[in-house]
Amino acid sequence: MSRPSSLIYDRQVRSLVFQVLLILALVFGAWWLGSNTLVNLAAQGKTLGFGFLTQTSGFQINATLGTWLMEYNVGSSTYLDVYVIGIINTFLVASLGIIGATILGFTMGIMRLSKNFVIRGFATIYVEVLRNIPLLLQLFFWYFAVLRSLPNRRGQIEIFEGAAGINITGLYLPAPLPQDGAGIVGIAFILFIIIAFWIGNWAKKRQSETGQRFPAFWAGAGIIFIGTALVYFVMGQPIDWSFPVFKDAGPLLRRGFQIGNGMAVIPEFIAVWLALTLYTAAFIAEIVRAGILAIAKGQTEASYSLGIRPGTTLRLVIIPQALRVIIPPLTSQYLNLTKNSSLAVAIAYPELVSIFAGTALNQVGKEIEMIGMMMIVYLTFSLLTAAFMNWFNARVKLVER
Amino acid sequence: MANARDKKYEFVRREDAPILPPPATEAGITGWLWHNIFESMADYSSIGAGIRSLSMAILSVLILYFGGAQIYALIDFTIFSAVFSDPEGIKREACWTVDQGGALPSGWHGACWPFVVAKQKFLLYGAYPAEELWRVNLTGLVGLVGLVWVLIEKLPYRREVGAAMLTLYPLMAFILLTGGNTDTEFFNIGIWLVIGLAIISAGRLGKRGFLGSTFSEFGTLIGFTGWVFLIFNAVRGVAAVDFGLEPIDTRDWGGLLITLVVAITGIVASLPLGIILALGRRSEMPVARLLSTIFIEFWRGIPLITVLFMASVMLPLFMPEGVNFDNLLRALIGVMLFSAAYMAEVIRGGLQAIDKGQYEGAQAMGLSYWQTMRLVILPQALTHVIPGIVNTFIGLFKDTTLVSIVGIFDLLGAAQSTIADPSWSSHVQALSVYVYVALLFFVFCFAMSRYSIYMENKLSKSRSH
Repeated sequence: MSRPSSLIYDRQVRSLVFQVLLILALVFGAWWLGSNTLVNLAAQGKTLGFGFLTQTSGFQINATLGTWLMEYNVGSSTYLDVYVIGIINTFLVASLGIIGATILGFTMGIMRLSKNFVIRGFATIYVEVLRNIPLLLQLFFWYFAVLRSLPNRRGQIEIFEGAAGINITGLYLPAPLPQDGAGIVGIAFILFIIIAFWIGNWAKKRQSETGQRFPAFWAGAGIIFIGTALVYFVMGQPIDWSFPVFKDAGPLLRRGFQIGNGMAVIPEFIAVWLALTLYTAAFIAEIVRAGILAIAKGQTEASYSLGIRPGTTLRLVIIPQALRVIIPPLTSQYLNLTKNSSLAVAIAYPELVSIFAGTALNQVGKEIEMIGMMMIVYLTFSLLTAAFMNWFNARVKLVER
Repeated sequence: MANARDKKYEFVRREDAPILPPPATEAGITGWLWHNIFESMADYSSIGAGIRSLSMAILSVLILYFGGAQIYALIDFTIFSAVFSDPEGIKREACWTVDQGGALPSGWHGACWPFVVAKQKFLLYGAYPAEELWRVNLTGLVGLVGLVWVLIEKLPYRREVGAAMLTLYPLMAFILLTGGNTDTEFFNIGIWLVIGLAIISAGRLGKRGFLGSTFSEFGTLIGFTGWVFLIFNAVRGVAAVDFGLEPIDTRDWGGLLITLVVAITGIVASLPLGIILALGRRSEMPVARLLSTIFIEFWRGIPLITVLFMASVMLPLFMPEGVNFDNLLRALIGVMLFSAAYMAEVIRGGLQAIDKGQYEGAQAMGLSYWQTMRLVILPQALTHVIPGIVNTFIGLFKDTTLVSIVGIFDLLGAAQSTIADPSWSSHVQALSVYVYVALLFFVFCFAMSRYSIYMENKLSKSRSH
């Protein structure tokens, strides 16, 4: 103990010294960066602070879904509103992208395992092409090459007569206009979903106890749809629909879709959504395929020998087991999709990076605060996803007896 | 006893039964067609099976039609309908239809290749001076030869070539591409070299016990520090030598050159950092583990675009006055930190796959922590994760396109700016250059993903026997 050389070989002393050095280095690094920053900010005549959030912003934001989802007015809205709108737009395109990518990805993943060469080949080409081309290029392709070749603002491609059409200014859809009592319909809808889930649980429990089956899916779907429709009519149809209006006669400058009617989905949104959905679906397809292949063949064979049909085998035997393998990488793909939605800045879709860390930052010039606020949004979402994944992994972990 | 041989048999077969060809449904083209296409739509034994078979048939026809139409559209656009040459030098009018004032039939839709050919140099090298292009080509050629040499398993000296590719090649590439001749004073470098040599000597002396027993314990560490000094400054010295090459600002770089520089530098530079982070995250020291975890999760939690924004906007604020990075270097630092976090997770996966017995064996041999890692664990772990590293590289290679958003003209950024050229403006201008760039990316990424799959199969084979 007395000789210093024995201290050098003491593992605890070594690791303690090393960790103290590490902390010192970190503190020094933080101090160095911080003091540099303060000096630089002072040289530019800037101060730190979040006061800018209450200032009114001085630029226009394209409303993603018409003025239907959010209020924003130049001159009265603040930078905090810009921040909130950015977050809403990010999660709007991300959540719709997740829905689309999941459906398409699962379809493609199962198609890649088909015995039919045509179906398998198509899915393989889809996956290989889409995931080997950068997302940004795909985004440019949809936005600059495909959507730009749509009819100009005086023309349209009609999708449903009088209800939906598309041209270079966007996709026009009917917009719901909630009247008094629409909230009750919404609450009823959520309530019916909860009831449907409860029925599903009850049916499962009863089947495992008594063996009696109950068509829980159809019953649930029926309750949700018929129940909601019933409440809707009882409340006196409290949702009005605003249909897009297209004029192809009259003065030339007045032709085209009329502003204020229906819901105008901006082309940037369509391009971002398409690119994110198609790109991520290719990755999800690979995850699904790997997940299904990871299930031992004996499971399928055992199921067949019990006389269970291929479709039912897939649904009741393979998929539940494969999900255990699929869900963790699937969640990280959802996370990737959300993070990739930031690429929308390249075509000026008004999401968080584009309007807050782009336009607003250029006007206000609060680099540290604004980039920090932007990162917090993504980090929070990542941490929530990680927390969900841990919870899920603990829940589906194989219970070994 | 009556011999069995004497017994009269009605028929004794003297020769082998003829080998019959397999049934038509099992072999050859017919068999393949049956199993891969028609079997799934041939079962009409019950109503349910009939519906399934029929819907399978309809689905196949639909997909064949839709997929075929897409593939034909692509081939038609790129080859059959494409304009290949512009002999009269009329630029954009070569790709105009009759309605637009050109010569092509109305409704024509095909690639405008003369446009892409005219922009070829810009797409590959950016604004790099034309008479200096041999420098880029030489760098690329040496890199390609080195890479192929390392990848082909039968060639000799692979290890040495690989080491040179990781050490000498980057230096060579730096000098060739930028022109070297950085304004560092040789006197300054000389002093640091002498200091490095002094530290190495001190380490040597200490190891032999000339400077007291306490000092001798640190001999190796001091010697190592000395070598780091020496090599770092030797590199600085070589980079500062005037080779008579014209200096070329990175603002003039562009196109595929930038894409490759960013992706390769990012991945190579992120390897050592990733290894340290991965070891840190598996360390027994709580502080090291916590810091590594926070670092990794932070960079993995934010999109690359925000990293690039941060690098281009915030990095200048963090640096002391007078230190100024050029745009490319800022992006490179961002990309490097970002990919280091992903690399760390890949390597951590490899470390976790190493059997515990390997650690225990190394400890039983009396190896220190760093010796264990360097000689036993890391060589195995890194070999296991080669496919993962290649996949990270593919991801990074595609993600380099994002630097175009912070004003660096990579391949996609260059493509995007060629579209703004009015002298080639036509309705197929954007699509032509997109198809070309997509093809380039696809070839690179697809080849790398095949290599990754090949390595995966090879490694799993070598592990299982």
